[in-house]
Amino acid sequence: MSIIQVKNLKKSFGSLEVLKDINVEIQEKEVLCVIGPSGSGKSTFLRCLNRLEDITDGHVIVNGHDITNRKTNINKVRQEVGMVFQQFNLFPHKSVLENILLAPMKVRLKSKEEAREIALSLLEKVGLKEKANGYPGELSGGQKQRVAIARALAMDPKIMLFDEPTSALDPEMVGDVLEVMKQLAVEGMTMVVVTHEMGFAREVGDRVLFMDGGYIVEENEPNALFRTPQHERTQAFLSTVL
Amino acid sequence: MGVMIDALPYLMDGLKVTIYIFVIAIIFGFLIGLVIALMRLAPLKILNWIASAFINAIRGTPFIVQLFFIHFGLNQLAWISFESTTSGIITVALNAGAYLAEIIRAGIQSIDKGQNEAARSLGLTGVQNMRHIILPQAFRRMLPAFTNQAIISLKDTSLLSIIGIADLTQRGQVQTAATYKAFEIWFAVGVIYFIVIYLLTLLGNFLERRFELR
Repeated sequence: MSIIQVKNLKKSFGSLEVLKDINVEIQEKEVLCVIGPSGSGKSTFLRCLNRLEDITDGHVIVNGHDITNRKTNINKVRQEVGMVFQQFNLFPHKSVLENILLAPMKVRLKSKEEAREIALSLLEKVGLKEKANGYPGELSGGQKQRVAIARALAMDPKIMLFDEPTSALDPEMVGDVLEVMKQLAVEGMTMVVVTHEMGFAREVGDRVLFMDGGYIVEENEPNALFRTPQHERTQAFLSTVL
Repeated sequence: MGVMIDALPYLMDGLKVTIYIFVIAIIFGFLIGLVIALMRLAPLKILNWIASAFINAIRGTPFIVQLFFIHFGLNQLAWISFESTTSGIITVALNAGAYLAEIIRAGIQSIDKGQNEAARSLGLTGVQNMRHIILPQAFRRMLPAFTNQAIISLKDTSLLSIIGIADLTQRGQVQTAATYKAFEIWFAVGVIYFIVIYLLTLLGNFLERRFELR
């Protein structure tokens, strides 16, 4: 049974149709990488999976809940779906530790001690335990993104969504963040990763989707997709980025 | 100089009235402003409309007219009887509320939408997001504008002397009438207002430092 099912998903901004007819199923523990040129709709697709974007038409079923149904409690669904953003979106008025504590305490109603323990162990996992009492403004981009990953993981999600997590980073910071993501994949996290890091998609992805013009043009396991792309547009895209 | 010192105890009693009205009115004004701002940003058209109508009504009319409408106009209705002080507090609170609503709305809208998205993606409700993420950041940015509005509202209370409230300004008029020393009395009244407003500015600066932007 797939953990995410997307059926005939359509999304328009005004008269601009960004997603035209998306159908995909994502299995538990699968790492799905989504690649494609900018404007192809890949970020919008990802943001539909936790309804950060209102869905124009079709169905998105996450963890058994149809989030296109207005009656679904979206907050409950989001508790199980962590998200990491290109621009980190850490809370600048809260310390690193407080950033991570907040949701477990306010949403999961954990005690401060319990939440603190979780937060510190996650910070250790992303290699930033010594920054617990610092503020986001004092961190480098790569450190911010690792804190953001820890913040999402603190909710103990079943699925993690990554929206171009390394695109805003200096090149030398990218490796640390990818390393943390790779570790997550090894531990069996279900991940959907919108990325320009073809190396990561190839090495860590179980499956790669190539999107263009609001459609999924081609999907395959990474080696096949990168070595022998079937579709002309995939070939053209890969020839410019590889 | 002697005239000023003699008048001082009497004027200070007026200052107490001024400060009393100001403090109550600015607290209610803030609460009104917060509610109106949230109504303006709410996803319900009718709430947006009510909030905008209120803001436009207050911004589009002079303070004195609002004061007379509330004190004389509303008091003509059989079921309302406001004391002068009540009318004064209501007028200053509503007036400050409308301006503060716009300050608060702008402050909330100045927060990057990524903050909202991050909070919501963690499963926080809209209310939790406002309470823990958006408002704390927005309020820090609003502080300079808050200080400004507080100063304006404090000065607006001097107009309440017209409806017979024995505030600092009204007592200045009484003292002038009694002593014919207009220069000394109004100079003294001016200095007292200046000191209070200066202290308000210092408080604003202190709060800005206390809640430093990160």
